[in-house]
Amino acid sequence: MSGLYGECRKTISVNDYPALTAQRDNAIRRFEELGFPTTRLETWKNTDLKESLSREYNIVLKPRQGVDVQKVFRCNIPHLDTAIMGQLNGWYVSKDVPLMELGNGIIMGSLAEALKKYPELVEAHLGKYADSLTDSFTSLNTAFFQDGVFIFVPDNVKSPRPVQIINVIHDDENLFMQSRNLIVLGKNSRLSMVHCDDSYNHQPSFSNILTEIHIGENASLDHYKLQNLNNSSTLVSSVYFAMEASAKLDSHYISLNGGLLRNNIRIRFNGPHANANIYGLYLMDRKQHIDNQVFVDHAVPDCTSGELFKGILDEHSSGVFNGHVLVERDARRTNAYQSNRNILLTETAKVNSKPFLEIYNDDVKCSHGSSTGQLDPDAMYYLRQRGIGEDSARMLLMYAYADEVISKISIDPLRYRIEDMVKKRLQGELQICEACVLHCNTPEQPLEFVIDMTKI
Amino acid sequence: MLLSIKNLHASINGKEILKGINLDVNQGEVHAIMGPNGTGKSTLASVIAGREVFDVTAGEIIYKGKNLLKLAVEERAREGIFLGFQYPVEIPGVSITNFMRTAVNELRKYKGLDALSGGVFLKLMEEKKKLVELTSNLANRSVNEGFSGGEKKKNEIFQMAMLEPTLAILDETDSGLDIDALRVVANGVNKLRTKENSFLVITHYQRLLDYIVPDFVHVLFEGRIVKSGSRELALELEEKGYDWIRKEQEG
Repeated sequence: MSGLYGECRKTISVNDYPALTAQRDNAIRRFEELGFPTTRLETWKNTDLKESLSREYNIVLKPRQGVDVQKVFRCNIPHLDTAIMGQLNGWYVSKDVPLMELGNGIIMGSLAEALKKYPELVEAHLGKYADSLTDSFTSLNTAFFQDGVFIFVPDNVKSPRPVQIINVIHDDENLFMQSRNLIVLGKNSRLSMVHCDDSYNHQPSFSNILTEIHIGENASLDHYKLQNLNNSSTLVSSVYFAMEASAKLDSHYISLNGGLLRNNIRIRFNGPHANANIYGLYLMDRKQHIDNQVFVDHAVPDCTSGELFKGILDEHSSGVFNGHVLVERDARRTNAYQSNRNILLTETAKVNSKPFLEIYNDDVKCSHGSSTGQLDPDAMYYLRQRGIGEDSARMLLMYAYADEVISKISIDPLRYRIEDMVKKRLQGELQICEACVLHCNTPEQPLEFVIDMTKI
Repeated sequence: MLLSIKNLHASINGKEILKGINLDVNQGEVHAIMGPNGTGKSTLASVIAGREVFDVTAGEIIYKGKNLLKLAVEERAREGIFLGFQYPVEIPGVSITNFMRTAVNELRKYKGLDALSGGVFLKLMEEKKKLVELTSNLANRSVNEGFSGGEKKKNEIFQMAMLEPTLAILDETDSGLDIDALRVVANGVNKLRTKENSFLVITHYQRLLDYIVPDFVHVLFEGRIVKSGSRELALELEEKGYDWIRKEQEG
């Protein structure tokens, strides 16, 4: 990779402030030392990238030309009133201008553009939360990223509507993508953000998406990641949250399809009285693989964190949950819990679940739990005794099981849509081309994302 | 004859629980099955309902002229068999409304009828809820989740009212009920009694039979029906206790 980096360094770093290029140089060196992770590493023990990495990929250094952006992202949202930001293969697709500055001071748009226009603002945060030293995908992303989404919410500003980032992977070639997102919430600010990863065709792809999110003092973020990718796609998504005093975070990970999905979720509390809730729901079948890695660093006192991850695994699919809560020496009165529950529908589906707590303070309240089983046979009998057929009974129970996570979605139209998608997914009817809130019409037409909210 | 059970033997994990049950139930009749704990009352209810953990090793059950043992649990239910559970199962995430709507519509589909529209269904629910004095907010909650003992049993009778079974088996519906809840449950049952449908009321105590007056009383002891009679048998049992049966059997 360093050879490639050397060749493209000039193109990649064209918008950099000087320190960023130096960071990239360090990162690629670090990546060369670390290499792609193998199953010899504890955190990759149950996720094997061999097959994903054996495919040939292209790294594209320029966004695809000739895409009619007006047609690509057409808003048609009667109920879910979101500000849409589109990404095609990780590149920001600008509707009008690449970076919007709203009247209330919110800045949102392309990270590449933000590097040019607001280098100081970006420099204050970029690379400050992500760990390029020990995580090889983070190093790789830092070295190679060129674009992604940038959002800045100034102090005391509450975004009136949710922001929706739709990252669509669609190309005739196998792409290897490194996109980078930076989200900064000022003091006392508020933002809801929906981030969708979708694919439109069955071309293999490898995405290494990195998002850094800084939640300022007393600010609150409601965050959603929706993943619905084809079975040849590999997605490594790393989200680094840094939370200041009294900050609040609800973060949801809904994974519906994908060949190999890996979510690295890392939360660090920098100030007291902050609260983070992380919810996950994954529905896997065929040979799909999902790996959720959650690390919560209670570095300071009086913070609370909760994790609830639930999965249904069918056929030959496999899942991993690794929850690690670290309570540091000074983190008095920490309150943390982790829960991972799985339903295996077949004998060939499998899951590795490891919630664990690492505690260096006595004055804490922590709990963790993990369970893996089948659908409750008593409940199945009860439903069937009322005349409900076996398939419908199973569907009701699976849906009810998923609902514990879905019900935590606080944007109503989004929750209705996810309910609908989960129902379809459980019935095996969800296609990747009707992913998220997007609908492509027919393959012959130019790529057109019509948001069909009548289904919501 | 609605239900005819002949020489029914059933076991679980190789242990025989029912050791030759014979029982005939006609349309419109209410039969009470009494007996000490652990003699097979609930097993009999489960075997009629079709619970798969029990193995029927001998005998037959004929219901509406059909070999009941060949039907799956849900098929028996659609044929009009309802089991009021002794311990209703909690199903988090499934609302009573959604549960009943699915059940009612599957039943209608089986009978070749169209599904009920949302409005008609809700009206039906309101009507049946009143029957068992089920408070309206209960219907939006998950099935049995966090319900008190009384609420769970009322919910069973409510479901029975919604599904209008031909044969309702009430398995110790009175257990864990205070006198007020017992009255409500029994009133619900009495309002649903017609000339067409039959009840099998399983109970340990005769107190329920003060409210639901049976046509016949049977005593189940160690897997067999050892005594049958009229309503008076229940009163005699109450007076003499189950030791009376035990002594008779041993003697």
